[in-house]
Amino acid sequence: MIPLSSYLIVSAILFAIGTAGVFLRRNLIVILLSIEIMLNAVNLSFVAFGRSLGNVDGQIIVFFVMTVAAAEAAVGLAIVIGLFRHRESLNPEAFTTLKW
Amino acid sequence: MLALIPLFPLLGFLINALVGRRLPKTVSGSVASAVMVASFVVSAMSVWQLAALPPAERVLEQTLYTWIASGDFQLDLTFRVDALSAVMILVVSGIGSLIHIYSTAYMHDEIDSEYARYFSYLNLFAAFMLVLVLGANFVVLFVGWEGVGLCSYLLIGFWFKKRSASDAGKKAFVVNRIGDYAFILGTLLIVTRFGTLDFLRLAEAVGPMAVEEGVFGVISIATLLLFIGATGKSAQIPLYTWLPDAMEGPTPVSALIHAATMVTAGVYMIGRNAVLFSHAPETMLIVAVIGAATALFAGTIGLVQNDIKRVLAYSTVSQLGLMFLAMGVGAFGAGIFHLYTHAFFKALLFLGSGAVIHALAGEQDIRNMGGLKRYLPVTYWTFLIGSLAIAGVPFLSGFFSKDEILYETFHEGHTILWLVAAITSLLTATYMFRLVFLTFHGERRHDAPAPAHQEDEESAHGAPAHHDHLHDAPPAMALVLIVLAVGSVLAGYVGVPHALGGHNALSSWLAPAFLPGTGPADAVLPAEEAALELTLMGVSSLIALAGIGLAAFIWLTRRELAARLAHAWSGVYTLLLNKYYVDEIYDAVIVRPTVRISQDGLWRGFDVRVVDAVVNGFGSVVDASAAVLRRLQTGSVRAYAGSLFIGVVMILGYYLWR
Amino acid sequence: MFNSSFDAVVPMLCVVLAALASMGAEAFRAKDEEMPIGGLGIVGLAGAGISSGLLWNRNAASFGVLVADNFALFVTLTLVIVGILTIMFSSQVLRRDQLPKGEYYALLLFSLVGMIMMAMANDLLIVFIALETLSLSVYVLTGIRRDDPKATEAAFKYFLLGAFSSAFFLYGIAFTYGLTGTTRLDQVGAYLAAQSMSDNPLILVALGLLLVGFAFKISAVPFHMWTPDAYEGAPAIVSGFMSTGVKAAAFAAFARVFLSSFEPFSADWAPIVWILAALTMILGTVVGVAQSNLKRMLAYSSIAHGGYLLVGLVAANQVGKAAILFYLLAYAVTNLAAFGVIALLSSREKETDELRDFAGLWHTHPALAALMTVCLLSLGGLPPTVGFIGKWYIFSAAVSAGYYGLAVIGVLTSVISVFFYLRVVVMMYMADRDASAPVPSQVTGLGMVALAASIVAIIYLGILPTPVLDLAAESIATIF
Repeated sequence: MIPLSSYLIVSAILFAIGTAGVFLRRNLIVILLSIEIMLNAVNLSFVAFGRSLGNVDGQIIVFFVMTVAAAEAAVGLAIVIGLFRHRESLNPEAFTTLKW
Repeated sequence: MLALIPLFPLLGFLINALVGRRLPKTVSGSVASAVMVASFVVSAMSVWQLAALPPAERVLEQTLYTWIASGDFQLDLTFRVDALSAVMILVVSGIGSLIHIYSTAYMHDEIDSEYARYFSYLNLFAAFMLVLVLGANFVVLFVGWEGVGLCSYLLIGFWFKKRSASDAGKKAFVVNRIGDYAFILGTLLIVTRFGTLDFLRLAEAVGPMAVEEGVFGVISIATLLLFIGATGKSAQIPLYTWLPDAMEGPTPVSALIHAATMVTAGVYMIGRNAVLFSHAPETMLIVAVIGAATALFAGTIGLVQNDIKRVLAYSTVSQLGLMFLAMGVGAFGAGIFHLYTHAFFKALLFLGSGAVIHALAGEQDIRNMGGLKRYLPVTYWTFLIGSLAIAGVPFLSGFFSKDEILYETFHEGHTILWLVAAITSLLTATYMFRLVFLTFHGERRHDAPAPAHQEDEESAHGAPAHHDHLHDAPPAMALVLIVLAVGSVLAGYVGVPHALGGHNALSSWLAPAFLPGTGPADAVLPAEEAALELTLMGVSSLIALAGIGLAAFIWLTRRELAARLAHAWSGVYTLLLNKYYVDEIYDAVIVRPTVRISQDGLWRGFDVRVVDAVVNGFGSVVDASAAVLRRLQTGSVRAYAGSLFIGVVMILGYYLWR
Repeated sequence: MFNSSFDAVVPMLCVVLAALASMGAEAFRAKDEEMPIGGLGIVGLAGAGISSGLLWNRNAASFGVLVADNFALFVTLTLVIVGILTIMFSSQVLRRDQLPKGEYYALLLFSLVGMIMMAMANDLLIVFIALETLSLSVYVLTGIRRDDPKATEAAFKYFLLGAFSSAFFLYGIAFTYGLTGTTRLDQVGAYLAAQSMSDNPLILVALGLLLVGFAFKISAVPFHMWTPDAYEGAPAIVSGFMSTGVKAAAFAAFARVFLSSFEPFSADWAPIVWILAALTMILGTVVGVAQSNLKRMLAYSSIAHGGYLLVGLVAANQVGKAAILFYLLAYAVTNLAAFGVIALLSSREKETDELRDFAGLWHTHPALAALMTVCLLSLGGLPPTVGFIGKWYIFSAAVSAGYYGLAVIGVLTSVISVFFYLRVVVMMYMADRDASAPVPSQVTGLGMVALAASIVAIIYLGILPTPVLDLAAESIATIF
């Protein structure tokens, strides 16, 4: 059987990939996807923990998180569309009117 | 009943603030003055009631309700009148009433809404000042302390169209914040150490403790912090620079706030905590030295200033220094005595200068005055009386109080401080009579270069210049001047020293307030001490007369001598004229670099003015770091995410590798 | 009521119904028909307020994951006040700016549902769902002025960073779940108290990640970067709502998680929170000094106030805990009123949020200038306003818990902060109106009532704070 630590390490790597994506990618849609990767990395941890603890809570939590993530994606995309209408750009660096 | 004392002016504030804009001037002025008189009457009644009690029990208290309660700590909203606050409420409401009445005439050129605004601020100030002196604990005192600062700020900047006026308001504000900071810390330290903020409970708790000799213990640090607070409010070194600039406000405001009442709050606060301060000899020495140094320093500057109100402002700083000297040598009674007499003659002098300025349509430069004696007789004679009183000429009020300070200082063995105070007295007599002679004697002059902001002054005053039709103070102003002049002569007779056969009623009245629970100190003066006191009295009388004589010699008979002296000692003269360059030093070290940053387009519009106005280090350091720190907020969302991530890494790093 | 396991849900349910009703009303109204949707919201919130009052002292719990103890109810009442005031301020703003009423109120009410849920949550998963409920609504509210590029940019920044931080928060929940086998706060607390796990680094990782999530929502430095941009870009009234409601809800959950469940680890989290508090107070104040946009200045001020609340959290003695609740209420009323003034003065074309827009306000709007002055003095902590009492409590709690350093920093920063609050007062009273500038709108009706009520509360609580303070102390004593 695969030990818990392996799942956790995969999850941590996925989380790191998502975090790096937020910093490295220059397209808003891809940044949103990176955040989704982070959430799904956490989901993996939940399932792995739940399995090793022997209760189903972990899996139930994942359903909630997926729902929340879906709502988040919807709102996020709506905001990105709004942004694009104003500036015709998806580069996060294009939006720096508010500063200091 | 005590609550009524501040409530009356508060009521006046509410009336003038809410409906004052729609009231004619006579109504809003009368309302403001009437509430002050009512407050004075209630104060007098309370003091009467207080005096009927046996000396050791002279405390009246009114607890309105428990303000803050948490755990075993309780703070009541309590007003208390004891011997010390009795003196203060009489001074504040009495002098306050007079100045309100004077203002009804002085501010008559303002439009209705501005007039009401002025009186609403003035009433609000009086209410807070009365809360300050009536408060039975540090927090209630602090309410008044902050409130008077705020009103002072608003009143200094009252003529905001004068750029210098709004700048001066800001300066006063910023400097006072430094003092307030120390004051709050001192208060917090006291509440943790002693568990109470009530002045009486605190005195009871501290009383039996050992005096902190040669160590900086809790009491020393707490008192030092409180004293820093006092230096801000009472314009002592190093936080004095705001007071001379505060003269941009209307003259009655200078008389009330910056001479008679608010600036003495620091002295009062030390007197209020006499027991606490007595347990910290180190702090007391610092208080005395700072007081004496300020007295001398400001006195020398006062000698060469050319603006009538600035001379009086430096004189106020100097006299406040003497009061702190008295507090520092443990002569609390003498300090409060001087506070009380000073309120009379300094209010008189300011109001007199106000009458001169009023007559000359805003002219404040004494080089453009002279010979006014003929045109303004009432102003002249009352001003002269005030000057004699402040100079310490025998048998006027200033003589008794100043003499008591000098004697106590000498008696406590501080010979050097005594010498400094004596020189200060000489300076006081000299600069005051320089002012009298240049303003009222000789011929009318127009020596000074035309001030660049002349137009501002006139438009602010709303009256065209009409130099040739000089008129003396209108009745309301004249009446107030005369009342104050009588006060300046007679006020000292409550404290005639034993050596002159009096029995110093004031000091025995005040004694229980400084050492709660005891009766009046009925010291019988040994013969040799009486002789010493008489000798010192003679010395200081001679000093006063010498100072007046010196002034007469230079500025009355040989005016060219003054110019020659200024020429021969041009280095010293320039140094004094420029107030030892203190403002310039603050400016060069701290303000200039900040302004340079600001001119890169960082600040726009109003903010450029703010930066210009922040004439001291405190504000500028903050501004400078703000200019750097706000640059971190680049607007790039990735940088924000970066900051967030750095936070995560730091927190996790701390946990994993500590 | 009926003592069922649904009791604790009732306050939330009232607001949910109001929110659904406003959506329905908007959907089914005829074109150009005026619907009293704001009134619906007020009714729903009043229902929440009344049911909270009825639940007082009953320690109701629903399904084990929601508890309506007095602590939660106190916060709920604060949120109800915030909600009602916001709706009252909004009515004029919505009509003037022609914003979609139904959507606006529904989002407002749903975010209030999230906030109430957060205050009552007794399960980390519920905390997360509540957090997302309120955040998602607030993201949209921030950008509700769709034609304004600044508002959209603000919404985008807030959204992106919010989603980013909630991923960290969720990761923290995952670790907590993995180590303790549960997400229920009481069980987590019991488990942590029973086992000695202080040498297990993973529990500290969980602690740190949860801390990040909360620190973001209360905009503690260095997680604060979104705050000034979001507050400046959002419509003033939404900024006011965010800065008070979101902060109150986040602090309630923060306090519950850290003062009860993670109490055994207070030696581990207190130093971190100490540093966050110090940084937050200093940066919020210092950068606030340089601002010339009032909304941005109030954003920094709100950051600094978050720092003062953190001081109360570090000094978690009996005084400190009560101080947090009292301060939340005090700050909510004051700050909302200040943003309310800005919102009411603005016009459709332009928000009145630059400092110079306030020049000479005393001449055109004397009452508003006076009200604004009281708010600013209270924010600056000057007596006799509620802000002074709140600060006094926080700092005396810090001093009596031995955190002298924090008290010194706190007093210093609040002394400095008065400088920028007073700058606005100076503008209003001591500057002349720019003749070319448009005259700010006149304020009428509900908005004025809400302002007057806030001012009365600010002064009343400054003069007679004891009843509310006792209530705060009593309600926090029920759980910790």
